[in-house]
Amino acid sequence: MAYLELNNIYKTYGEGENSTEVLSNINLTMDEGEFVAIVGFTGSGKTTLVNLINGLLQPTSGEVLFKGVPVTDTSHERGVIFQNYSLLPWLTVGQNIYMAVKEAFPKDSKKVLMERVKEYVAMVSLSPAINKRPKELSGGMRQRVAVARALAMNPEMIIMDEPLGALDALTRGNLQDEILNIWSKDKRTALLITNDVDEGIYMADRIIPLKPGPNATLGPEFKINIERPRDKTAMNDNPEYKKTRNAIIEYLMDIGDERKTVSDVEYKLPELTPKSFVA
Amino acid sequence: MEQEMVLKKEKSMSTNFKQILAKLTPSIKKDGIMKSLKNTGITLLSILLFLGLWHMGSKALYNKEADYKIEKALTERGEEAAAAERACIASGDSSCQPNTLPSPSQVWASLKSLVADHHVISADKAAFAEKMAATNEKMIAAGKDPIVYTGRASFIDIVLTSIKTVFAGFLLALLIAVPIGIIIGLSPSLRSAFNWFIQIFKPVSPVVWYLLVFMIVKTLYIGDSSDNAFVISFISVGFCAMWATLVNTAMGVASVDKDYINVAKVLKLGTFQKVFKVILPSSLPLIFTGLRITLSVAWMVLIAIELLAQSQGLGLFVWEEFQNGANDSNAKIIVAMFVIGIIGFLLDRLMLAVQNMVSFNKNEMA
Repeated sequence: MAYLELNNIYKTYGEGENSTEVLSNINLTMDEGEFVAIVGFTGSGKTTLVNLINGLLQPTSGEVLFKGVPVTDTSHERGVIFQNYSLLPWLTVGQNIYMAVKEAFPKDSKKVLMERVKEYVAMVSLSPAINKRPKELSGGMRQRVAVARALAMNPEMIIMDEPLGALDALTRGNLQDEILNIWSKDKRTALLITNDVDEGIYMADRIIPLKPGPNATLGPEFKINIERPRDKTAMNDNPEYKKTRNAIIEYLMDIGDERKTVSDVEYKLPELTPKSFVA
Repeated sequence: MEQEMVLKKEKSMSTNFKQILAKLTPSIKKDGIMKSLKNTGITLLSILLFLGLWHMGSKALYNKEADYKIEKALTERGEEAAAAERACIASGDSSCQPNTLPSPSQVWASLKSLVADHHVISADKAAFAEKMAATNEKMIAAGKDPIVYTGRASFIDIVLTSIKTVFAGFLLALLIAVPIGIIIGLSPSLRSAFNWFIQIFKPVSPVVWYLLVFMIVKTLYIGDSSDNAFVISFISVGFCAMWATLVNTAMGVASVDKDYINVAKVLKLGTFQKVFKVILPSSLPLIFTGLRITLSVAWMVLIAIELLAQSQGLGLFVWEEFQNGANDSNAKIIVAMFVIGIIGFLLDRLMLAVQNMVSFNKNEMA
């Protein structure tokens, strides 16, 4: 039995004539302890896919099985690191993590929980900033808090939705290493969604491209047979790396071209009305 | 040679002095002082300009009215009467003063007389309490109500009554509008259920609110001889002012960032936790904006409502002075106007301070 299984997933937004099929026929299996990266263009439905797996959304048809059980709701077993940090701005770093830890371990005493918060803040080396609010932190620091929050709940699987997309290249490199460190320590299962092929190759065991939506579907998988721990500079000269990278980019470029050639299709914009508040 | 030494010494002394000064005032930058001085200067200047314009305006109105009076006396009663009228106006006698916009100095004099009046009345009250102390003790012992001072209220008492009314009304508005706002913000179906209600009652004028509240409270208090003016006025003020808070709270709660809701879902917070730990904190800025509007509306409608309800506040004071038509009535009205304005301003600052204390994005509002 696979650890995570996606069977014939379709996801449609809207109803009737205005409906758009965002994802169609998605099939994916992941084993325990595996690190899988899904690479795709922006707007190809990556976030929708993530939300289906973490339980925030339900598929229109098909099923998501987590350890053989259908996913119908969010669970503490699947930790999520969001694209835009999603820290609560009125809480400090410590309080943000404490809130998560308290939900994950409701039986533990406050002292034990605080210890846990401190441990994870230290892990992402933010101990001096534990009493600061997210607004006072840089983008990279905020994302580290988000990482610490997700991991402090001790999830079996980490789902990352473009966690490093908004960061500069240097910070991104550091955080990639940090995430890999944590992952390899406990050998958790990890799913990374990214738009950066290099990031995928550096971090994952398998890369699966997502063909752009509407009707996005998963492409053929690429195995990364590079030994861990991987070295970024050494990897540049690795023939395996070059081969895989070229293959993936070529594949993505081909889809891009395909996408351009069918661009004469006229898309009907959905008729949207602004949300009405009591005003 | 010696002179040079002295010069050198002086020079070093002056630099020393500068260094000490710099040490004494490390945090205050020179620019900061200059800027705040400049701002205060501009404010003072504009106040002076305002007072000057006011003074000239009131003088022109005074002259116009005086000329008309003399002219009228001349055409109706002849030369002698006109001269008598002119002499009377010039002498400042209260019987023939033109009744128009008072000048700043008149208003200032009125303020002083109102304060002096307050001292007289409080002395009266103290004397009365002393005189009645023994009797009241007996009455309380006998299980009867003590005798209380029922004389005229002083200006300060009136202001305090008004502030009390506004705060009672504001609290009522807060207790009604915030919970209902949260509930209808959370549920779209309740929101549409309440929408017509809010749309219809929001624009109702303070006068009508007063009449509505009067109808209900009068019946509730039936057979009770106690004074219900205060109750009626604060309830009317609250109902008049609560709409801004209601709408803002509902909007704040309904428009919480989707990301925060997702976080709440992923952390699997319970409904109670979700409302109090995520939804409420994130809508606090909007709730407070609503509360600030509510407070200023409460203070604004207070005058009209107190006037109608005959509650011993500033509204009634203004109206009675207008009806009274005494020599210094106009000046007293202007005093009341300034007091209302200044208290309204202070209340708004107070709310802003509270808002800054409890909200997380401090720089985004002012």
